[in-house]
Amino acid sequence: MVLAAWLAQGLGPALDASSDVDKFLSFTVAGLSVAAILAVGASGLVLTYTTTGVFNFAHGAIGMLGAFAYWQLRFDWGWPAPLAIATVLFVLGPLFGALLELVIFRGLQQTTETVKLVVTVSLLFSLIGLANWVWDPDVLRRDAKFLSGRGFDVAGVAVTWHEFITIVVAVAVAAGLRVLLYHTRAGIAMRAAVDDRPLAALNGARPDRSSMLAWAIGSSLAALSGILFVGTISLAPAPMSLLIVNAYAAAMIGRLRSLPMTFVGALVLGLTEGYLRGYLSDWTDNNQYFDSTFVSAVPVIVLFVVLLVLPSARLRAHGTARTREVVPMPSMRGAFTFAAVVVAGTALAIPLLTTANAVTMGRMYGLAIVALALVPLIGLAGQVSLAHWSLAGIGAVTMAHLGTGGSPMGIVWAFVFTALVGALIALPTLRLSGIYLALATAAFAVFLDRWVFRLRPFDLPFTDVKIALFGTGSVGVPDLKLFGYTFDTYYRQLMLMATTFALMSVFVVWLRRSRFGRRLLAMKDSPAACATVGMNLTMTKLTIFAVSAGMAGIGGALIGSLQGSTNQQNWEFTVGLPVFMVAVVGGIQRVGGALFAGISLAVLAAMPDWPVLRNVSWFPNLATVTPGLMGIGLGRNPNGAVADMREAFEPLARARAVFLAFLAALGALYLYVVTSDVGAWWLIIGGVVLLLGATAFVQSRARGADTGAAGPQPMFAGDELEWVGIDRPFTPDDLAALDDRLGALEVR
Amino acid sequence: MSARAGHPQTPMLELRGVRAAYGRIEVVHGVDLEVPAGSVTAILGPNGAGKSTMLKVVCGLLPATDGDVIVAGRRVNGATPDQLARAGLCLIPEGKGIFPNLTVRENLRMATYTGRSLASIEERTYQRFPRLGERRNQLAGTMSGGEQQMLAMARALATDPALLLLDELSMGLAPIIVEELYAAVAEVAREGVAILVVEQFAQTVLGVADRAAIMVHGEVVASGPPGELARDLAAAYLGGDGGTRSPDGAAIR
Ligand SMILES: Nc1ncnc2c1ncn2[C@@H]1O[C@H](COP(=O)(O)OP(=O)(O)O)[C@@H](O)[C@H]1O
Ligand SMILES: [Mg+2]
Repeated sequence: MVLAAWLAQGLGPALDASSDVDKFLSFTVAGLSVAAILAVGASGLVLTYTTTGVFNFAHGAIGMLGAFAYWQLRFDWGWPAPLAIATVLFVLGPLFGALLELVIFRGLQQTTETVKLVVTVSLLFSLIGLANWVWDPDVLRRDAKFLSGRGFDVAGVAVTWHEFITIVVAVAVAAGLRVLLYHTRAGIAMRAAVDDRPLAALNGARPDRSSMLAWAIGSSLAALSGILFVGTISLAPAPMSLLIVNAYAAAMIGRLRSLPMTFVGALVLGLTEGYLRGYLSDWTDNNQYFDSTFVSAVPVIVLFVVLLVLPSARLRAHGTARTREVVPMPSMRGAFTFAAVVVAGTALAIPLLTTANAVTMGRMYGLAIVALALVPLIGLAGQVSLAHWSLAGIGAVTMAHLGTGGSPMGIVWAFVFTALVGALIALPTLRLSGIYLALATAAFAVFLDRWVFRLRPFDLPFTDVKIALFGTGSVGVPDLKLFGYTFDTYYRQLMLMATTFALMSVFVVWLRRSRFGRRLLAMKDSPAACATVGMNLTMTKLTIFAVSAGMAGIGGALIGSLQGSTNQQNWEFTVGLPVFMVAVVGGIQRVGGALFAGISLAVLAAMPDWPVLRNVSWFPNLATVTPGLMGIGLGRNPNGAVADMREAFEPLARARAVFLAFLAALGALYLYVVTSDVGAWWLIIGGVVLLLGATAFVQSRARGADTGAAGPQPMFAGDELEWVGIDRPFTPDDLAALDDRLGALEVR
Repeated sequence: MSARAGHPQTPMLELRGVRAAYGRIEVVHGVDLEVPAGSVTAILGPNGAGKSTMLKVVCGLLPATDGDVIVAGRRVNGATPDQLARAGLCLIPEGKGIFPNLTVRENLRMATYTGRSLASIEERTYQRFPRLGERRNQLAGTMSGGEQQMLAMARALATDPALLLLDELSMGLAPIIVEELYAAVAEVAREGVAILVVEQFAQTVLGVADRAAIMVHGEVVASGPPGELARDLAAAYLGGDGGTRSPDGAAIR
């Protein structure tokens, strides 16, 4: 405060009148109170990250849940405020955190960073869904400060009680954490476990309990920051969960490690926000670009910039277990078969589809295309992007504006433009990886959400073109017209999307098998080694980011066309998270994983409208939460669902005669369903029954034949590749198979 | 259940046919060993012989795939490291027995899980190693290697262990410091603690050891009084194979 007053005087000429000083000081107080909330939120995040190595994307959602729980106790049930606060902070928050540690995070210690990321992102998503489920989102919850009233004056500046309490609380948290971590054995044991977990156990400490304590305190701090937000904003699950994303910027300034620096970061962010809210309109004179939406984008801009400027040595990942994954090497023949099955299957399905089902299926391929865009990026190159859904949004907007009359140039531009934006994201983030890249791309997506996508119609700089990204809220997206053929029915669009997905999946497989694909894998496995053998990582990374972004853009354009129009809400950050989550659950290294994501998400979205489920009031909520639950379950099975399915059904494909019989039966069933008027349902049910029956038959036969030479043996049993040569002698065939599996260069 | 409760005649630590593996690769192939209270037992062996792995099994960091680990007469297979630590077993792992980002005092505070107060631990430690007293508020990671190892020892001794396991205490240290550390080891053994020392080359340890064994390729190939074993060492290192035992080495076994 003294500092601020001194600053205000220092700024002399700009602020000569004493009323200006007062104004400045009151903005300072407002900024400090924002800083205080951010500091509390960020310190909880840093605590759990340093002690357990999990960067909790769901931290904000836990805070949001805390705020709602407080609201429930305080206003819906009428508890006295102190009791409600104490219950949330000292009972519900810690219990929730401890439970998360026990049920979810304890099992994640040995998993890859991507798995941890997906699990926490999924948790974020699930908690938002849960809050929407429990608390009616249409009820307005705001304007309930702890102590209403004006508060008091300090040096002529009015400080509300709410601001005062918030700032006091932050100071108390800072002091409390200091005491905990440096002056109690429990806290010292937490820090010791960070240094060397086994050694801490050898000393008699229980590292698991330390982790649990860290999660309990972290959740409680998240809840505290959530409660402090009550009264300053209206409570809404998604925005509020992301509001605490602002705290991530503070945590990054503290390099996810230093609590004092985190508090400094919060101070910088809070004051920036306070002053911008106060002065931005004066400075920019209500400029068309920098309106109030810009202020809310500032924290994510700061987050992005901090990620860029922090020295890379400081950004080393927190003791990650390097688990080697074997990325499968699909054959081109397999890819063409897959593509043919997709296209033919869709064509055959069309006679059976109602319009609504055609839309669902079209959407399925749209989502699958966006997920497919992630396969080369995450699966091969190991670069996580949380911005792909927003990129798809850019594709949709491009199609809307540049594809007038269905011009294919709309699609072309959608690709080119999103590819450029993708490269633009990749360029500054070249040296980031893991959670830092995830955070940077998330920051970019939220930045689009909060600012760019919300801009009122504006002039394109240096031109007199007027741009209204989403028109007056929603903009029409034309149907594509190709060589005079218009994709103007849902069925035609469905075929278009299925074909696009099929072609792209062939492309992805080709990419995987190409020299470039091997480069990507090499980059993922060891960036340092690549650099020393002279590989140009910059171009590699830029290219893959651009290509992947462009694919997402095409997906977005097609989804837009299918919907007929598109708006800002369609492309919000949280809306797109399931695509990322479920694609990883399906198996992010495989084309099949993308299709799995598309099918799961489209079916989940359509299920609430099914006749059997239409009257189940809680089902839509369950359907919303399910992708999150799938993602959380990833910790248990990091290989991906599709790999498991393949394993289960592989024997069937091998047993030629049974497989042909299965296909014939399926064909007969199809003909029957098409020609009679039993519902299309019977095809699905019958198909599943046939598939399971045939698989069971093959398995029972294999068991009967026991060890007999029934059919060709797989070259390697499962993942035991590395045991060849130890278990049994190494043969030239093994070598060839090894090369194929690993995609090694051909040795001449 | 203090480890001290064992009968005076039973060895403090006994291994019977202990095997251990990383994944499917077995690196300890059935080791038998006894460490009586109040004595120093030394195990020598080349790099990769499985010595550290054996210690990990004893202190609960790695499960034995076969055999029994018996501490003070009780079979402790399956006990967790923290349980064993609180029962009086203490390991100084090779090369990293301290928490580098904690101060000397905070490192000592981590020794209070066995029930001693920080004040008494500090008093005893600074008495034995005055140099640590001068650096009590320094981050442990910023001290010299010898001082760090001293701190690791101090931390271990402060817990008043009944069984002390030391893994390559001398690694990377000047001979004079090694001698100082081993003097402390001998002194502690005289107080009745059972001590198991693992070393690669250090002949120094044979000076304080009461019994010694040689481990090669995951097996104990010779054991006996230190003086006699010194002769077998060359064979163990140069031959490097479990099969090449010196005649008297085999006889002792
Ligand atoms: N964490 C581990 N994972 C797999 N193998 C290991 C691990 N630690 C040690 N090994 C292997 O076990 C064998 C014995 O190692 P170790 O017990 O450290 O030997 P020593 O301590 O006698 O030098 C070595 O071959 C080593 O490569
Ligand atoms: Mg060793």
